[in-house]
Amino acid sequence: MSTIDLETARRVAKLARIRVPDDNLPALAGELSQILTFMEQLNEVDVEGVEPMTSVTPMRLKRRADVVTEGGMQDRILSNAPEAREGFFAVPKVVE
Amino acid sequence: MTAPNELTIAEARDALRRGEMTSVELTEACLNAIEAAGALNAFVHKTPEIALDRARAADIRLQQGDAPAMCGIPVGIKDLFCTEGMPSQAASRILSGFRPEYESTVSAQLRDAGAVMLGKLNMDEFAMGSSNETACYGPVVNPWRRCNDDTALTPGGSSGGSASAVAANLCLGATGTDTGGSIRQPAAFTGTVGIKPTYGRCSRWGIIAFASSLDQAGPMTRTVQDAAIMLQAMCGHDAKDSTSADLPVPDFEAALTGDIRGKRIGLPREYRMDGMPDEIEKLWADGAQMLRDAGAEVVDISLPHTKYALPAYYVIAPAEASSNLARYDGVRYGHRAKLSQGDGITEMYEKTRAEGFGPEVQRRVMIGTYVLSAGFYDAYYNRARKVRALIKRDFDQVFGDGIDAILTPATPSAAFGLGEMADADPVQMYLNDVFTVTVNLAGLPGIALPTGLDRQGLPLGLQLIGQPWGEADLLNVAHVLERAAGFVAKPARWW
Repeated sequence: MSTIDLETARRVAKLARIRVPDDNLPALAGELSQILTFMEQLNEVDVEGVEPMTSVTPMRLKRRADVVTEGGMQDRILSNAPEAREGFFAVPKVVE
Repeated sequence: MTAPNELTIAEARDALRRGEMTSVELTEACLNAIEAAGALNAFVHKTPEIALDRARAADIRLQQGDAPAMCGIPVGIKDLFCTEGMPSQAASRILSGFRPEYESTVSAQLRDAGAVMLGKLNMDEFAMGSSNETACYGPVVNPWRRCNDDTALTPGGSSGGSASAVAANLCLGATGTDTGGSIRQPAAFTGTVGIKPTYGRCSRWGIIAFASSLDQAGPMTRTVQDAAIMLQAMCGHDAKDSTSADLPVPDFEAALTGDIRGKRIGLPREYRMDGMPDEIEKLWADGAQMLRDAGAEVVDISLPHTKYALPAYYVIAPAEASSNLARYDGVRYGHRAKLSQGDGITEMYEKTRAEGFGPEVQRRVMIGTYVLSAGFYDAYYNRARKVRALIKRDFDQVFGDGIDAILTPATPSAAFGLGEMADADPVQMYLNDVFTVTVNLAGLPGIALPTGLDRQGLPLGLQLIGQPWGEADLLNVAHVLERAAGFVAKPARWW
């Protein structure tokens, strides 16, 4: 039985960059614990010598020539930005 | 007389080619049906102008004799597909207002084949859910109801809008996507046909990503023949998706010979679960007998790691989701939270994602973050990937032993009521995927089709699983099962 304590729940939310109010942390910790307990069935499986799957179909990923194929569409790229200024994405100040 | 929107794709194609009907007439019938079906909440962004423009263009192509099979056929597109200039928000608040500057490869192929887009279809947020209740647009309602009971039922998820729209004759076919069962479970809940092809058959380019190693697009239709026709138009190699297979696409419709004599069909004993309803058990046994009667050899097989598929999936899928959904940061598209005085970029990320993602998406992103974090990566993520390799090996062995296809139930139950699972823990909802998720983990093609009704009058489906790249043979077996089952029930119209 896996248990996630409040501190771990807070840390996971921070790593995921999702603000979780303190009041909601106990419920979140409980749900995460339930899910992790469910996953722990995997510990029953003998995986000795098994390679982790990286690709479900045994095929080589295609490669392409390392050349510019498109570009010059700044307006289209910025068209959905919540805030854009002078051809850039705008965000709150990052450095003082 | 059958109304135009009630035709199958094959019937409509033939009528259009013979000039007995125009695509504009067919499209108008669908648009009227959509207008009258607001109670189902299936279409969440309607595109009648685009639809009529495309229908007119299709009619010209039809007159000129330049008409592929999907030309002039009205379809719905799941909200997970980016469609140029049209809202495409994966049923999430975090993509509210997003209008892509590009078209997904699959929807572009349908468009280029002349298909008529009617609008965007509701779904679970980011395709995470099995009941369509996580959508920011509110849940989709199943057109089917239990006998003498007007409880609103789920159409399943995540492609619930697609399933509901096809079952209610709002469109002739719809695109779906399937990461753990999101095409096959809603198909089973709505008496429709849904196929998830082999991983790599359909390009994932322009489909909003959930779990990239599992996601595949596929059609949802009213018949197996329609699934073959629509899948044909959706498949094929795409240089923009490096996992898209550079393999020839066979003629799926031509593969529907109706002859499965000598085929070996496996029944995996691990899918006979404790507490499985008698009705599902009987449906499965009846299906096996139908295939036997058609000349197939039905044999018991073993897929020993089946039990571990669901826990492995619920490590791998959230891990990939946490990575894929990192891009929703309020910078480049979609929602950005209103910031307070002094808030910096971290507050912007955290508030934006808290406001933009619903509870189930938040939960999965955090589970994924946890299993990928330092100290837990090997214990959870790598172990799950090893178990995934064993699950695939189970299938490889069975197919290596000469099995052509595998028959299983599609879902552990018929459609349940909206809200009925509200108090269940998240894992209870995940059990909906128990029969379908193995297929995604192994990258195989799987199809769900209706073969019976439960005692409350709701549709029940069976699933057939095929060999990698064996969609043509799989569709043929499904076609035989469909004909033998003779499922003709339709939901009584209440909406």
